[in-house]
Amino acid sequence: MLAYVIRRLIAAVGLLFVVSVITFSIFYLVPRLAGVSAEGLASRYVGRTATAATVAATARRMGFDDPIYVQYGRFAKGIFVGEDIDLGAEKDHCPAPCLGYSFVTKQPVFPELVDRAKVTFSLAAGAAVIWVVFGIAVGVLSALRRGSLFDRAAMTVALAGVSLPVFWTGLIALTFFSYRWGLAPPGGTFVPFTQNPLSWAHALMLPWITLALLFSAQYARLTRAGMLETMGEDYIRTARAKGLPERKVVVKHGLRGALTPLLTIFGLDFGLLIGGAVLTESAFGLNGLGKYAVDGIRGNDLPKVMGVTLLAALFVALANLVVDLLYAVVDPRVRAK
Amino acid sequence: MTITTDERTHWSTPGAGPFLQVKDLQVHFPTDDGVVKSVDGLSFSVERGKTLGIVGESGSGKSVTSMSVMGLHKAGAAKISGQILLDGQDLVAASREEVRQLRGKRMAMIFQDPLSAMHPYYSVGNQIIEAYRVHNDVSKKQARAHAIEMLDRVGIPEPHSRVDSYPHQYSGGMRQRAMIAMALSCDPDLLIADEPTTALDVTVQAQILDLIRDLQKEFNSAVILITHDLGVVAELADHILVMYAGRGAEYGSAEQIFNDPEHPYTWGLLGSMPRMDRDRTERLMPIKGTPPSLINVPVGCAFSPRCAFEANTGGRARTERPELLDAGQAHLVACHLPQAQRLQIWRDEIAPKL
Repeated sequence: MLAYVIRRLIAAVGLLFVVSVITFSIFYLVPRLAGVSAEGLASRYVGRTATAATVAATARRMGFDDPIYVQYGRFAKGIFVGEDIDLGAEKDHCPAPCLGYSFVTKQPVFPELVDRAKVTFSLAAGAAVIWVVFGIAVGVLSALRRGSLFDRAAMTVALAGVSLPVFWTGLIALTFFSYRWGLAPPGGTFVPFTQNPLSWAHALMLPWITLALLFSAQYARLTRAGMLETMGEDYIRTARAKGLPERKVVVKHGLRGALTPLLTIFGLDFGLLIGGAVLTESAFGLNGLGKYAVDGIRGNDLPKVMGVTLLAALFVALANLVVDLLYAVVDPRVRAK
Repeated sequence: MTITTDERTHWSTPGAGPFLQVKDLQVHFPTDDGVVKSVDGLSFSVERGKTLGIVGESGSGKSVTSMSVMGLHKAGAAKISGQILLDGQDLVAASREEVRQLRGKRMAMIFQDPLSAMHPYYSVGNQIIEAYRVHNDVSKKQARAHAIEMLDRVGIPEPHSRVDSYPHQYSGGMRQRAMIAMALSCDPDLLIADEPTTALDVTVQAQILDLIRDLQKEFNSAVILITHDLGVVAELADHILVMYAGRGAEYGSAEQIFNDPEHPYTWGLLGSMPRMDRDRTERLMPIKGTPPSLINVPVGCAFSPRCAFEANTGGRARTERPELLDAGQAHLVACHLPQAQRLQIWRDEIAPKL
């Protein structure tokens, strides 16, 4: 088991390394290959009004002329030990996980990322709880009553849930629950969990439900398919032959078997989501990572975009690591391999 | 503490006849293509301490019968009528909950493929403990001790450590032993073994059959052995029921079925059994044709389209369904051929070639 954990950890670290190299190359190598000069890259830092001399000086100071691996090395070093950045007039130290400075705000990216991540994580975690509970419950019931009215109704709603875009359901939800009936706070409200958990939940209720609707639909369909398969397995017959109550047969034997594929999807979904739930955040005006990335892209603010990309990769890798470990907990056959 | 056999309760009412009695059982499955008559008027009984072998081709209704006895058919999917009397209690009329409480406790089942029949995610011990605790109000510790004891009884080496292994860590034979341990954990009075050795290596088959025989003596349970393999029933069965198209074709003691079979289908089964003590050229006499559709069962004798002696019945085989009738000494045969002719055909035409 320990060997399995170590192997998975190494794989996760390797994945992060590869992602960081690719991301870095996309932002700093590809433009150069496409013919953008070092000065061209530097000009983003200094604004349009800067003189050619300032741009050239900035390019030199930022080391855009150095070979790409030197630049990457500097970047990687910044992440682990911080980086001293020469801003021209003054020098600044960018502390340990240094992901650079925003071109636009001239602020280090990492602290901003952390702030934004809190919002996105709150959104994703709450929604995940809802969609897992709801999606699996509906999926199990549908599978057990295949062909019934409940099954057909649930699967129709699920199809609708998958098909309707979040920015639409989000706006509809806001219009009715918030503005018309006043049941939920208006969009853009966020109260940190540490400040008041109840207000936190209340403020996020609508985004949670909106986001969860999309995912519950998928999970209900997946659970249904998985349950239909496992409930036909021989070991289910054995469980019944032992005289187990049907509820135990379904939950302990059936659902446990259907859970593994769900776990995989959940890891990916959740990891991706904490990397930024762009649409939901935009619809509800939440200042999360997704919105941060969108702002970065709009403002051509590379460090922001790269910061979000790397953080998202980290979350996906972490989520997958957790899933891999859970896999071993769920399925003993995985441990042996 | 350990739990001994004596502490477990038996409900047996002394002298109340066979432990399991099946009377005119019909199991029909309505489908879009028509009603599948998997079992259509089957009667048999098994006594405690005895083994009944049910033999037949795939689709003859043997597994459907065992599933009905266990009450394992999906509610609504199967139309079951007739009587299944377990120690006098009618399981067909009983509620699903009542039958569930009997399952595992008074009647247990072993399945064909022990790898797929055990849950891959739970340890073997865990699954035995679960089976034991459904019907016995004991602590996990007691149940675990019982599971280890059961594994030891069925011949699993080092049961103390193997109890925590998972099914995939067992070999095929060990898995089937573990299945047997699980089935016997509540000391059932009826054990149904559905093709218990089919998925196993030949060398392991004999061990498992030995084990079932030994345990049956020890537990004094009634055993139903379902198989398509006459070699297996020859090893174990006291009585044999030959099934064809959902009905009994012939029933008798193992000696009667092997030494004086009277039904042409039984002859065919015997002729299909490979034997090493005969010349290769004449060693097999397969039954012609395929088993009939259970939606459109042939009128009259269901076996008549494949029967070589159908012409000797004067057309009755094509019009009238033969009943399973006593041909003397509790040997039941469902055949229109006159008994004298059956005995003669067997003696003169079939037996010499086997």
